[in-house]
Amino acid sequence: MANIKSVSKKTKAQAMGMHTEVLTGRTQQKFFNPDEAENFYYFGTHDVDFNKRTDLDVKDMTAAEANKEIDNLMGQGYGTIVIKNPQGKHSLGVGILNKLNLIFEGSLGYFGMGSCDGPIVRINGRVGWSCAENLMAGKVVIEKNAGSCFGAAIRGGDLICKGSVGARTGIDMKGGTIIIGGDAGAFTGFMMQRGRIIILGDVGINLGDSMYDGTIFVGGEIGSYGSDAVDAELTKNDQDWLKRKLKVAEIGENFDVSKMKKIVAGKKLWNYDNLEPTEKKGAI
Amino acid sequence: MCGIAGLIHRGKSSKVGHELQGMLQALKHRGEDSTGYALYGDTDGKNFIMRFKVGENVGEGSTSVAEDVSVYDERKKIVDSYLNEMGAKIIKEERILPYSLRYEIEYNKKDLLEFSQKIESIPGVEILSMGKSLEVIKDLGNAKMVCDRYNLDKLVGTHAIGHARMATESGVDIKSAHPFWGYPFSDVSVVHNGQLTNYWNNRRALENKGMRFMSECDSELIAVYLAEKMRDGASLEEGMKESLTGLDGVFTYFVATKDSLGMAKDTMAAKPLVLYESDDLVAMGSEEIAIRSILPQEIDTYDPFDGEVKVWQI
Repeated sequence: MANIKSVSKKTKAQAMGMHTEVLTGRTQQKFFNPDEAENFYYFGTHDVDFNKRTDLDVKDMTAAEANKEIDNLMGQGYGTIVIKNPQGKHSLGVGILNKLNLIFEGSLGYFGMGSCDGPIVRINGRVGWSCAENLMAGKVVIEKNAGSCFGAAIRGGDLICKGSVGARTGIDMKGGTIIIGGDAGAFTGFMMQRGRIIILGDVGINLGDSMYDGTIFVGGEIGSYGSDAVDAELTKNDQDWLKRKLKVAEIGENFDVSKMKKIVAGKKLWNYDNLEPTEKKGAI
Repeated sequence: MCGIAGLIHRGKSSKVGHELQGMLQALKHRGEDSTGYALYGDTDGKNFIMRFKVGENVGEGSTSVAEDVSVYDERKKIVDSYLNEMGAKIIKEERILPYSLRYEIEYNKKDLLEFSQKIESIPGVEILSMGKSLEVIKDLGNAKMVCDRYNLDKLVGTHAIGHARMATESGVDIKSAHPFWGYPFSDVSVVHNGQLTNYWNNRRALENKGMRFMSECDSELIAVYLAEKMRDGASLEEGMKESLTGLDGVFTYFVATKDSLGMAKDTMAAKPLVLYESDDLVAMGSEEIAIRSILPQEIDTYDPFDGEVKVWQI
């Protein structure tokens, strides 16, 4: 082993063998350079053309077959895929690490669009529990309602529901933005660690319970605050950001953001800023 | 984890046995240790329908002890004699399986408590349901197996609730299967998804008040809890609202009566429920695919919020 006292921080890790090991499967070890962000891609992903469009009827397919076919179509260069007859199936559209325009003509069941990184998705229907769980980047828009655990543990991207959502929205979220056009259930923002949640309607009991960090904006009534959730001043910057975000999200464009409540964590956690997931996702 | 499903047609009847079978079969991945149906059929409303068992299904996967079929015959004979003693006249008798029977009974007294206690004093006998519209059918296996075994496909009625069970807190047997009859109230049934953590405290208190438990399944508590509230004069909806604080744990449950269907969700909203509501039909289930089995077209559905109670009439 090299003398690790004499080398820089970066090469110290390499000298210890942390970045020279041979990785198998789809795992990729690569130092992330923000300047090369556009060139960064995962193994197994595809170059797609957004103008190349196709339909996929999944009525008689299992979720696994449907997801495999989506991957197959991306492999053929299709950058816009319209899914017909999803009929509430679970786990559709999971694990897409591509840029892709994906449109669902109907509703999804549980775990739809989970663990994705990059696609732009529009769901012309409703989604069940845990939609877009672990989303890293991209945009998912739901035209109707959503079930509980909406956007659980997301790390980035925009997740938009034009209707109402169930309980524990944004539970454990670590980044990104969740926007709700209607109401949200109990324990919204439970244990959230980063990111922002915007709710234009009312929200249930225990809002922001045990949150570490992050910000929640509420336009309607709050059932009750959870432990660690406190009010904060809504600044001019906040209002400008809210206006921009709502406009881009095509939701509540004329909403009076000046009357929104801002809720943040009342406690402080030290040494929490060492990692910004949305900026360092390549190292994860 | 268990799955529950229910539907109510408003202003018309339909093949609710077939519809509920489709909904529960779509949820079979949530548990297929046993499946139960509470079907509210079209009847003339004159006579009681008593579904009861004189033994357990001891087939594959069952936790029950095998008994000789002759024991079932003996128990049936005693049931018949007790019915005669109480002035109940058997109008029609069906023995669907050696351990499962359906009687149509002419019985004019309103209080079913004494009646039920007498019948269930026979060891191994349990009334699954008693009502003028309600029929509870439950057995081991998934929804299709139970539906085929009991010929439920053609049953026409207004509403129904059902349960696909993954046994967690009690045995794989018919007595622990849902739905539970709201003993001793005619035409009341309950299905539940979740866990109740104050089961024993509530059970002891209710038993001291004269209420009856047939299993050690925590879900039975809901039926008994609501029955006790109604016995004391509360409406179904009032009883359900009280249950949100009286029952501790996580739960989503459905309760049905002769002319209504209700749902309640705990204040943590920890158990799933998807609901579709239109002018002529309400359908709900643990997952949207249950509703899709009867409504494949694009529809608007939603999740009820925490602490929500809803009741619909036929």
